[in-house]
Amino acid sequence: MLMTLISGDRPRSRVLTLILLAIFLGLLFAPFLFPGVRSLETAARISVFILLAASYDLLLGYTGVVSFAHTMFFGMGAYGVGLASQQMGRGFGALIVGSLAGAALAAAFAFVIALFSLRVRAIFFAMITLAVASAVAVLVSQLSQITGGEDGFTFQIPRALGPANRMGVFMGVSITGKILNYYLIFFMSLALFLLLLRIVNSPFGRVLQAIRENDFRAEAIGYRVVRYRTVATCISAAVAAMAGSLFALWLRYVGPDTTLSFEIMLDLLLIVVIGGMGTMWGAAIGATLMVLAQTYLQDLMGSAAEATEALPLLSRLLDPDRWLLWLGVLFILSVYFFPTGIVGRLRGGH
Amino acid sequence: MTDAPDHRPTMAGITIVDRMAQAMPVLLVPILLVLGFLAIGNPSSWLTLTVSGLAMGMMIFIMASGLTLVFGLMDVINFGHGAFISVGAFVGISVVLGLSQWAQAPSLVLNLCVVLLAVLAAMVVTGLLGWAFERVIVKPVYGAHLKQILVTVGGLIVIEQLIHVIWGPDEIFFARPETLKGAVTFWGAALEKYRLLAVAIGLVLFIAMRMVFRRTKIGLIVRAGVENGEMVEALGYRLRLVFVGVFIAGSALAGLGGVMWGLYQEVITAGMGEEMMILVFIVVIIGGLGSVEGAFIGALMVGLLQNYIAFLEPKLALISNIGLMTAILMWRPQGMKPVVKAK
Amino acid sequence: MSDPILRLEGVHTDIAQYHILQGVDLEVPRGAVTMLLGRNGVGKTTTLRTAIGHWGTRAGRILFDGEDVTATKTADRARMGIGYVPEDMGIFSDLTVEENMTLAAVSGPLVPARRDWIFGAFPPLRTFWKSPAGTLSGGQKQMLSIARAMAEERRLYLIDEPTKGLAPAIVSTMAGALRELKTQGASILLVEQNFAVAKALGDHAAVMDDGRIVWTGPMSELATDAGLQERLMGLSMEAT
Repeated sequence: MLMTLISGDRPRSRVLTLILLAIFLGLLFAPFLFPGVRSLETAARISVFILLAASYDLLLGYTGVVSFAHTMFFGMGAYGVGLASQQMGRGFGALIVGSLAGAALAAAFAFVIALFSLRVRAIFFAMITLAVASAVAVLVSQLSQITGGEDGFTFQIPRALGPANRMGVFMGVSITGKILNYYLIFFMSLALFLLLLRIVNSPFGRVLQAIRENDFRAEAIGYRVVRYRTVATCISAAVAAMAGSLFALWLRYVGPDTTLSFEIMLDLLLIVVIGGMGTMWGAAIGATLMVLAQTYLQDLMGSAAEATEALPLLSRLLDPDRWLLWLGVLFILSVYFFPTGIVGRLRGGH
Repeated sequence: MTDAPDHRPTMAGITIVDRMAQAMPVLLVPILLVLGFLAIGNPSSWLTLTVSGLAMGMMIFIMASGLTLVFGLMDVINFGHGAFISVGAFVGISVVLGLSQWAQAPSLVLNLCVVLLAVLAAMVVTGLLGWAFERVIVKPVYGAHLKQILVTVGGLIVIEQLIHVIWGPDEIFFARPETLKGAVTFWGAALEKYRLLAVAIGLVLFIAMRMVFRRTKIGLIVRAGVENGEMVEALGYRLRLVFVGVFIAGSALAGLGGVMWGLYQEVITAGMGEEMMILVFIVVIIGGLGSVEGAFIGALMVGLLQNYIAFLEPKLALISNIGLMTAILMWRPQGMKPVVKAK
Repeated sequence: MSDPILRLEGVHTDIAQYHILQGVDLEVPRGAVTMLLGRNGVGKTTTLRTAIGHWGTRAGRILFDGEDVTATKTADRARMGIGYVPEDMGIFSDLTVEENMTLAAVSGPLVPARRDWIFGAFPPLRTFWKSPAGTLSGGQKQMLSIARAMAEERRLYLIDEPTKGLAPAIVSTMAGALRELKTQGASILLVEQNFAVAKALGDHAAVMDDGRIVWTGPMSELATDAGLQERLMGLSMEAT
């Protein structure tokens, strides 16, 4: 049963299994284990980012294609839900229409980009996605009548998912619509994650990996390399959009900073590389670590910066705003020294 | 023997249609100029926009030339190239600010000295930085595109953040040197002096680069290396040294582009390089990866089109570049002048 | 015969996961033409590429004029005096014929006398001196490729299938040029599928099979022994 759920893709390391189990149980019981607004916020964010990172890994790790447009797809889902809720009024219908429309748009965009770039050379894809994603980001901030511009906009979600919906007390925790909303996001993310796991362990996923290893040989054997890569790109984009929809649902807000920013793109790269490229489990571990670090480590940097105020340069280096500096260093080091990431390390291979 | 069919050069077999197709990329810029003229209708507006578009194009070309050559020679794609643009701008503008007395003096000679010193400082620093970047970041990942992209993006982030550490987190506003402010009027069109200077610098640089590529042995080595690096080595030239030289020169040019762009905008931010990279990539893609001439044509087209569209239909200006790229790639999937690669 | 100009000792070369050269022992004598023969895919081109340094060796030594060059870079081997003509000719099609030749003269400008000597051997190069090399015909490209190797005095020439795919008239031009080179006392290691050319030019022969040298001896001996040819090279070699 369990093996079917995870498509036979075992973690293949005892420590890894334990960590994954801890993440899973922690998220599953988050409202009860870690009561409090901030921890629930963190748990929801982890759920969404695991899904987002997994969808990115389908591209980066399994297909060997670098995309800089993943946050664009993420944003399409988020704006889809936001705009639908705004236009159609709060309700589950708007959520469904918005997220499906976002996913469809993302897949269509991915298809067109893939058509233009993958046909020629895979590195075209990296450059073209970067250009397109930045153009879209600028467009979103310019079309402020529709998108709310730089500020974004808040919207209303179904009452059943709001904090005002009190449904009694369970295990000492007051069950509100917010907790219901959390579970909706958690289980949707889980389901889509398992779907991705199924995809990468299917014959299709194995062809993708064969292409990643040696595209010439894959082509020679008779696989249509471009077609496979294009399909993977579209799936990845659609799932990213779904993750965006869930994120918007949680935040009840969409804006460029939470969905489209280049910083999120970098976070994603880091998550996948540090977790371990080419394994969905790596995405799960990387995303958890990243979100936890972002939430709690930046505070730590703040206090370290204050403590070192006597040394201006050090203090500046430790400023929480310089968070990206250290991420960048970590990123370079992990590409060089831990190309297989945490999962690779734990599996003790290569 | 000489009249054996095999001996006839294939050149003779080229039809007029083929010749047109070959010349097409070069003709695109004049065609764009004419179309712009027809669409705008007003000669003086057109002239103003054209100068501004050419200036922008020249600056983008200066930034893009190094990137495209580095790719052509060693198949290395450097996503961190934008870092040199930012660093160049910050170093150069620091010089301008440091010599503010000269910069504010109403003397063309003093002003140009400031600009020259700023450019020199920026190019030296970014050249050195490029050398270090090549050794530390790029060299370990030759031949692996995925890692190259990842690592050079990492390098870009780190350098950008270090700019914040050194120069502070905020953008820096400043004024252009005194005599480069304002515009001259020509045929009723207001032409900004600085833009004219930028066009002149860009042209001189392009011509100088062409001379180097056509007339010097090192230029021949670079051109030959783009096509078939292995054979260049078999003739007795160390391609790696040539590559490092090109990498350094390309970084220094990006630094030059950064200073020029900073002086153009009169504001610099650590993220400016990253923003410019978007245009640089578009230019390199439509020009054909590895082709300096393609990048030149592409840069001029991007600059001109953006300025024309901004005048005609401001909302479309943002996506005009993407539109141009799409159109070019539909016409030529490899870009306008893709380099011929052996094998 | 005294010490050879080039000696390969037990050379193993891998290309990706394939083990192509499996212990090649080969001596190329001075001032003579050594033919490297064998069926397609036995490792002749790889042997040449290993000798110039395009492929690194996994095991074994390469001695050039008595000096161990196993770890020497390609560019330095070339500067020591090895001229290389690859199978795909490796001409720079974006450069003119003149520019190709300028690059080929590594240690200085192309000497006019040398240039005229090359024009004598390959007249079309004079005609198309200023044309882009990419516009030349296949035969002219091959001439240019060999001419580049001849742009300076080399101690050894490695030439890979110079007559491949050429019309008979051009083949004879090519053979003539190589013979001219030979009369000047050059040392040449030549891969050749055209047995008539091989027989006409070769002093010595080395036959490869399966990544090893399986027979060495005078070319004349191989040329006259049809049975030996049959056994060593099978049917792919067009008999006389």
